[in-house]
Amino acid sequence: MGELIVTILTGLSSAASLFLVAAGLSIIFGVTRIVNFAHGSFYMLGAFIGYTMVQAIGGTIVSYWVAVLIAALVVGLIGVLMEILLLRRIYHAPELFQLIATFGVILVIQDVAKEIWGNEDIVSPRAPGLDGAVEIFGQRLPEYDLALIAIAPMVLIGLRLLFYKTRWGTLVRAATQDRQMVAALGVNQRWLFTGVVFLGSLLAGLGGAVQLPKGGADLLMDFGIIAEAFVVVVVGGMGSLGGAFLAAILIGLLNVFGIQIFPNSTLVMMFLVMAVVLVFRPWGLLGKPETPAATGTEIPNEPLRPAVPMVKVLAGLVLAFLIALPLLQELFPTVLDPFVIVQANEILFFVLFAAALHFIMGPGGMVSFGHAAFFGGGAYTSALLVFHFGLPFELAFPAAPIGAALLALIIGWFCVRLTGVYFAMLTLAFAQIAWSIVFQWTEVTEGDDGINSIWPSDWVTPLVLYYLTLGLTVAGVLLIRRIVFSPFGYALRAGRDSPLRSEAIGINIRRQQWFAFTISGAFAGVAGALFLYTKGSIAPTSMEIARSFDALLMTLLGGVEALAGPVVGAAAFKLLEDLFAASEYWRGLMGITIIALVLLLPKGVAGFAQTGVGRRLGLSRAEEVRA
Amino acid sequence: MSDPILTVSGVHSHYGRAHILSDVALEVRGGEVVVLLGRNGAGKSTTFKTIVALVRRTAGEITFLGNRIDNRESYVIARMGLGYVPEERRIFTELTVMENLEVGRQPAREGLEPWTPERLFEIFPNLAEMRDRPGGRMSGGEQQMLTIARTLMGNPSLVLLDEPSEGLAPVIIEQMAQTIGLLKQEGLSVLLCEQNLHFARLVSDRAYIIEKGQIRYEGSMAELEENDEVRAAYLTV
Repeated sequence: MGELIVTILTGLSSAASLFLVAAGLSIIFGVTRIVNFAHGSFYMLGAFIGYTMVQAIGGTIVSYWVAVLIAALVVGLIGVLMEILLLRRIYHAPELFQLIATFGVILVIQDVAKEIWGNEDIVSPRAPGLDGAVEIFGQRLPEYDLALIAIAPMVLIGLRLLFYKTRWGTLVRAATQDRQMVAALGVNQRWLFTGVVFLGSLLAGLGGAVQLPKGGADLLMDFGIIAEAFVVVVVGGMGSLGGAFLAAILIGLLNVFGIQIFPNSTLVMMFLVMAVVLVFRPWGLLGKPETPAATGTEIPNEPLRPAVPMVKVLAGLVLAFLIALPLLQELFPTVLDPFVIVQANEILFFVLFAAALHFIMGPGGMVSFGHAAFFGGGAYTSALLVFHFGLPFELAFPAAPIGAALLALIIGWFCVRLTGVYFAMLTLAFAQIAWSIVFQWTEVTEGDDGINSIWPSDWVTPLVLYYLTLGLTVAGVLLIRRIVFSPFGYALRAGRDSPLRSEAIGINIRRQQWFAFTISGAFAGVAGALFLYTKGSIAPTSMEIARSFDALLMTLLGGVEALAGPVVGAAAFKLLEDLFAASEYWRGLMGITIIALVLLLPKGVAGFAQTGVGRRLGLSRAEEVRA
Repeated sequence: MSDPILTVSGVHSHYGRAHILSDVALEVRGGEVVVLLGRNGAGKSTTFKTIVALVRRTAGEITFLGNRIDNRESYVIARMGLGYVPEERRIFTELTVMENLEVGRQPAREGLEPWTPERLFEIFPNLAEMRDRPGGRMSGGEQQMLTIARTLMGNPSLVLLDEPSEGLAPVIIEQMAQTIGLLKQEGLSVLLCEQNLHFARLVSDRAYIIEKGQIRYEGSMAELEENDEVRAAYLTV
């Protein structure tokens, strides 16, 4: 009895931070329509800054909490800085750019935090006055847990008063529904947006600071919390504070009970709950269906056009170069390092990976933030078959796309029920769950160590593998193009551009999207298997969020609206990565590059070819003049 | 006649590459009720959205109370006293009637008695009985009243009404006409757009006719009523 109560109380206390973070995320999204991926980073900053403040002034009960509040305020101001410098410029940009831009912020904050607070995990002192434990039915519960349990409802009540009893709150709620109308009524949205980002960031910072005595601070906190916060928001319903509160408690309780039921995989419970909620309430426990923005002035996507001769010639030249590369390397060993082949090989399977993602993102209009799940899923399918059953390369390799497609079939079934950012968040959450299963299920997957020494058969020399990679990538990209210009591709694009009209002419959009998602997963799986057999090993890192973002970056670099995008983007990305790899601050450099790209080249590198300058260079068809 | 308070001249607008308005020119003088008539898709709503900067003009000048507003943001234009009532009403469905009014509230303007919820409830008695009802649970007519009341809370000197009679029952339309007459008595200027000639006749002093994004006719309401030819060319379906 005592044990049960203490377990429940522990769960409730762990829900506090989660609620604060999820509430902040939800508030920012409600008004700005931007899902702030850097929200986890603000949580992490809250913990680090909180630690520094507590060290500096937090000796007494009062000054400790003052230190916590100062940390939250500082994080709020950092949020304001991000809003003014970055978000303001991209409120009208496509969702993807907003998400990618805030991802750039994550990378920058990671390096800044590493520079200031170092790599070591920080253990924070206990809060003065709350450093003991209380006894409940013979079980001990830290006093601080009780404080945490009280914080969440207090914040919830405070927020409700703010939103329902002040003019500012009324304006925020109005703007959540129709920000254009609010502007037409004379409200300067700019400060409303800034204020909302301040409040949301402050909550994230507060969440990070209040969990210090329990969890301390470390550099992995950002991705850990963001996936959980997404689950909370999806389960609770976006934009609903009460929903976030309920869901945080649900997840908090699941975490503590989950450990007792599935000691190895705590996230499995989360997965099950999320799955059940989504099947019965796709918009979350207290959420409402997403309504399309009531602006009606968006400019539709340009129709895709087959490649112009110039591009075909360029593609042919690149292909010829890649085919001749091994020969060229042998002829001119002084100019071309043997490493060039390895590099080309790596670029190639990333091209395939990026093309797979681009297929559902561009023509499909679905932004997946968890595509590494299928890349890694394919690789792990092959690796596990070899590792446990000793399957030869010839059987294990073709199994990769099948495994990845099955995974995509399951995950896709849930995801296509949602659209837009909800879809993105859900894919990210599923990918994080897939990652954690691989990471935690050591008996089967070897956990963190990964599966090593998986090599192809003897006949597949590095040279054969290179041509296999080249052949499969080229075939894959061509096949994807073929699909895009098939009736199925037309239906997919129709569903993206006008879902209602497509439904009305008898297209089952959800099924089309599900099918496309599965196809995309299969191609990502092939890329993953190529990765596995090139590297000889696979580890959970190839499934983590950062890997999914790599693929997104490649697609973005290349431009979402251009079919050649992923090809150009993957190459550009790998080159950038190699360029920054030498620097200690490669993350920050990458982050700044991403932010700069979003601000300066919103159409990506290949998209640039379709602008006026690109047309003059003959890189794409001239715009038809319309009467 | 007093000086024009709103002047639109040579205005062009585009949605993407589609050219919607071309060389639109019109004006509203102080205390006047002007109607912009035209069929579906003629460019009436786009004209209004362009005036309040919800759609950016690509060429032309818009002047309100002597100031150029064509490069201003929507909220600045609203604060200058140009109120906009959209066709789709765009009530904040989650907010109560009182909260909807609060969103529209702006400081009082010199020379005009400021609007308060109580004063508005005298004109729209129905709203007084549902102060705490969420906007989403009101009838179309009630929503239309609320959206006008909400705009009046900004104490505008000119109100743009986008098809106020659309989708309303005949009784409510009559009420609406009375309301517009009342606003005129209060000294407000009104620019409305309509397809319903009968309704326009009840309330307007002058009329413009727009067709395919161009102004085709301008004249007093009385003149238009005499002119069967113009009515047949631009207004009958």
